[in-house]
Amino acid sequence: MSSQLFERVRGIAADILELSPNQITLQSSSENVQTWDSVRHLNLILAFEQEFGLQLDPEEIDQMNNIEGITSILEQKLNHHG
Amino acid sequence: MNSSDLRQEIDRRIAAADAAGAARSLADLWFKDHSASTAWFACSRYEQLRPKLNLLPYRLAILRSFTVEPMVPLLRAAAFSAGIDLTVRLSEFNAHAQEILDPASSLYELAPDAAILAVQTRDIAPDLWHDFSALNAEQVQAAVRRVTGEFCTWVRAFRQHSQTHLIIHNLEQPPIASLGILDSQAEVSQTAAIQQINQALRTIASEHSGVYVLDYAALVARYGSVQWHDERKWLMVRLPVAAQNLNRLINEWLRFLHPLTGKVAKAIVVDLDNTLWGGVIGEDGMAGIQLGPEHPGGAYQELQRALLDLYHRGIILAVCSKNNSDDAMEALQKHRGMLLKPEHFVAMRINWGDKSQNLREIAAELNIGVDSLAFVDDNPIERQQIRTQLPEVFVIELPNVPMEFARAIRECPRFERLSLSAEDRQRSECYQKQAERELLKQTTSTREDFYRSLQQAIEIAPLDKSTLPRISQLTNKTNQFNLTTRRYTEQQIWELGSSPEWNCFSLRVRDRFGDNGVVGVAITRKQDKTCEIDTLLMSCRVIGRTVETAFLSFLAEHARKHGAQRLTGWFLLTRKNAPARDFYSNHGFQILQQNGDDTLWELNLEQTQVACPEWIQLHFNGDMG
Repeated sequence: MSSQLFERVRGIAADILELSPNQITLQSSSENVQTWDSVRHLNLILAFEQEFGLQLDPEEIDQMNNIEGITSILEQKLNHHG
Repeated sequence: MNSSDLRQEIDRRIAAADAAGAARSLADLWFKDHSASTAWFACSRYEQLRPKLNLLPYRLAILRSFTVEPMVPLLRAAAFSAGIDLTVRLSEFNAHAQEILDPASSLYELAPDAAILAVQTRDIAPDLWHDFSALNAEQVQAAVRRVTGEFCTWVRAFRQHSQTHLIIHNLEQPPIASLGILDSQAEVSQTAAIQQINQALRTIASEHSGVYVLDYAALVARYGSVQWHDERKWLMVRLPVAAQNLNRLINEWLRFLHPLTGKVAKAIVVDLDNTLWGGVIGEDGMAGIQLGPEHPGGAYQELQRALLDLYHRGIILAVCSKNNSDDAMEALQKHRGMLLKPEHFVAMRINWGDKSQNLREIAAELNIGVDSLAFVDDNPIERQQIRTQLPEVFVIELPNVPMEFARAIRECPRFERLSLSAEDRQRSECYQKQAERELLKQTTSTREDFYRSLQQAIEIAPLDKSTLPRISQLTNKTNQFNLTTRRYTEQQIWELGSSPEWNCFSLRVRDRFGDNGVVGVAITRKQDKTCEIDTLLMSCRVIGRTVETAFLSFLAEHARKHGAQRLTGWFLLTRKNAPARDFYSNHGFQILQQNGDDTLWELNLEQTQVACPEWIQLHFNGDMG
């Protein structure tokens, strides 16, 4: 997993979940982050789509409930495009 | 500075209690990056700074048939950076009809300053959207009538329960009509049916003051229906708009929010070389600069067309350029490709001086605040310099390619107006005459000679429908000579006007140079023996010509004739109305009450007279009583 991608994901997630970047780890998820509710989840998805200029499919969104899942889906998607 | 460094800098400044510095960096961050994540960051930091910044509170209700939650932080961040502290309240999903119709609903309880009604075609007219092919001509007309009737009922109910502004999204077209290419030839057309509803919406809006149509159909078409929508998100979470387009919808909302809140540019100051034409006049000469109908000059003509449109909208054009004046003036006057002529520009600063100083001078010359200026320059260094040295000026970020200059101007929400008065259309002409008056002032020996030579005639009229839009406009945008700065919608003024206690007067000024139009408003309320001036304001272009004294003499006389013994009025201090501070004391009023910076003044009508200056001819178009 590229650390550069993780840092970008971390920065975006920190803004939207209203945490500082170093509070976000690969394990952060809707289960263990209090601010990560369904509205923030939609905001996260849209922010990634906006930031990386892509559209995510429903199956992909289903796997994006934690930072690790988000990062690996984005990585696949970006490599596929590149 | 990159985005994460800027974030850290903002937090450092907040920690150090440097609110102004933090706000500057926040504006910088938002300017560089309009992303959703930045919007969340910006909103949370602006909320911390809120008490220390001078923000305009504004409440917006959004009545909707689809998911708009992700748009809220983007909209609020954009509003914050424009000095507006926006509270957004969303209606329950698809509950817009109940909320509008029920007078006890939370919509009216919130008392918003404005409401947006955003309903999609497929939600309000599912038959026209999904089942069009199965409908006959009669059924289509019945559907059109039903939808039009619903909008009509909603607008009436809304007006019954609320006086605030209502912005209605019109209906978008499907990307591909149900009948395919037949739709354009068929007698019963899906496209035509939706257009019919949109036409009816225009009529409904024109029949109610403070009701506006947002052309959602045109917005979707501008970016392309297929690109605009994201079918996946629509089916999953009822969000029809693709992530890439969220900011485009926000910008469309801002085009209403800016004129509603008065955060607009009154003048646009443009650079010349590589902005109004391609190349540098001082080096390339008249024959060398790029300006004409063909490429590469065409892009610059397009920009000039966009500026001409603003000119006709009443926005003042001015020039600020580093150039030799003779070279630049020759091009402005004589180049055949110029669509703009020297007479379109009310002020010009063509010199080698600092642009921020030139902008300050232009604002002073036009008698408007620096925060009413917009600045257009192809040079990013000049832009950055203005952003740092004069952060109140709105700096337009020009794209790198001249072909996109015109669009950048046309898209800008600061140039939007909700209505155009005759005064707006003639604004620049008025300023030209103002310059002639200034010249006269310099050539007449005494002040009184100057007043006399102006040959001023003022006409005061009671409220009527024809002046209502202009009166409301003046209460909303006059900042300097405004004693109370109370803002009123047309609806509110009309209701005041129909009450026997209240009077609303408009003031028109003519002089030897022409008609200034309606330039003043007074609203008074009489109770027992006291007449209180609720509002008294005048456009700055007639200030300093004793018109204000004539207006006050009329108000005093009118109040006396109606049995008042006292004329009172508050002076409510704002950051901008210092020019009106001494108005009451200069006219013999006494202080009755002091409340912080605000003062209540009183004039005893039985003992004191306010005389109309002898050089002003005053005419009242109503019944003096």
